[in-house]
Amino acid sequence: MSSKEEKKNSIIENALKLFSKKGFYNTTIPDIAKAMSMSVGNMYNYFKSKEELAKFAIKYSTNILATDLKKINEMDASSKEKIFLFTKKYLENVQKSPEIIEYFLRVYLSNREVFQEGCEGFLCVSEFVTEVMILLDEGAAKKEFRQQDFFPAFAMIMGALGGFAFLSGEQVLDKDIISYSDDVAENIYRALKYEK
Amino acid sequence: MKNNERNKPKIVWLQAITCNGNTHSFLSANVNRLKLFLNSFDLIYHPSLTTDILLDDLLKKDEEIDFLLVEGAISSNKEFFQLSNQTTNEILKKLVLKSKYLIAVGSCASYGGVHKKFEQNNNILGLQEALFEHDTSTLKHPIVNLTGCPVHPEWIFQTLFSLKEYKQIALDEKGRPKEIYSYLAHHGCTRNEYFEWKVEANSFGLKEGCLFYEQGCRGPMTHSNCNKILWNDVNSKTRAGMPCIGCTEFDFPRNNMLETKKNIGIPDEVPLGVSKRAYLSIAGVAKTFKIDRLNEKIIK
Repeated sequence: MSSKEEKKNSIIENALKLFSKKGFYNTTIPDIAKAMSMSVGNMYNYFKSKEELAKFAIKYSTNILATDLKKINEMDASSKEKIFLFTKKYLENVQKSPEIIEYFLRVYLSNREVFQEGCEGFLCVSEFVTEVMILLDEGAAKKEFRQQDFFPAFAMIMGALGGFAFLSGEQVLDKDIISYSDDVAENIYRALKYEK
Repeated sequence: MKNNERNKPKIVWLQAITCNGNTHSFLSANVNRLKLFLNSFDLIYHPSLTTDILLDDLLKKDEEIDFLLVEGAISSNKEFFQLSNQTTNEILKKLVLKSKYLIAVGSCASYGGVHKKFEQNNNILGLQEALFEHDTSTLKHPIVNLTGCPVHPEWIFQTLFSLKEYKQIALDEKGRPKEIYSYLAHHGCTRNEYFEWKVEANSFGLKEGCLFYEQGCRGPMTHSNCNKILWNDVNSKTRAGMPCIGCTEFDFPRNNMLETKKNIGIPDEVPLGVSKRAYLSIAGVAKTFKIDRLNEKIIK
């Protein structure tokens, strides 16, 4: 990675934290520059606008999940095991870097107008959606999952995980988030599993 | 004329277990090409045409055959099918010994085709399967499989003229001429732009939309030049709004030919030579574009 790339990523990481805490509109480029100890002018050498930064940030954050899921998809394991592994990995991400998931829930899903151009449909999250497709396709081909339309199945996984990340963000969970992992995974698996 | 005919390569067209479809297709050839063919070759026997000799004569006589064209599947089970009181297997073996080139005309002759699905007789084979090495030892060339249900007449002409002129022809691993079967039915398909942007046709016969997801089109995984050498010089299945059913492939006819097998909405097979991950990634992105032009009627 070039030093410019590294710097861009570090800006994104800082921006993710601020965006997910304060929201897209309440976070300004000077806020991000301040967190980076950079001049505002220099910030614009890396990103043309706050909107552009927001689009890079969604790609960056979902690619972390995509990389995790790709590794799991490539493992020699049953689809059920893959659901359990991915759920665990996802909840670990929520615990370790909550800003990644919070950004998705609180900025990407809530400020669609920012992402209208250049992030249409799945354009900025396509790597992650592709991995979910691979997971579902393989499970159904092996008859571990039942046949159904893609979107209800996709929403079943992401709804459960996203909802749980939200509960964690609201600090309403009694226990450590990781300890719920198997129960959440079991719910997802039961919604998908093949029935004779 | 008679003298002249003696110098022309002799062709015998044997019909084994067949629906006659390849003969129909052959007789629908472009009239100029058919004339050229008849001027260049001597078709001494075809059961659907008036010829000077009968199959029986051919089997008895010591007549040399240059090109033996076989339409239909082969069986050594006499209970189900016979010609001149012999099985197609016996007749084939006798004729092959007199021939220089053996050409399977159609999917049934190539690999057994639809007849192989007949459960009451498990002895239905394509030419290659039906013949042992010693049966074909006198042939000057490996068996040529002209697959298709039916074969395009031009594929027959092209193969015969190439063999007449150059004595050999490059074949793929399934015995099909590379010149014809290296292409995919997808090449030259007028719906390719719809395929690229994932705009689907929702019923048969439309000019607009791709037939891959909803209609079972096999264009991107079927070796044939149907969209390059057009049928009746004007059209192809996919151009007319009928999905490609993969009739030139080894596994034809498959079950549920008008359906694309999907897992949770994701196609089980993706176009040849593309990994599923790459295909899904590109397809997912392509779907996000809504191109008005491709969602409208071509002719309003």
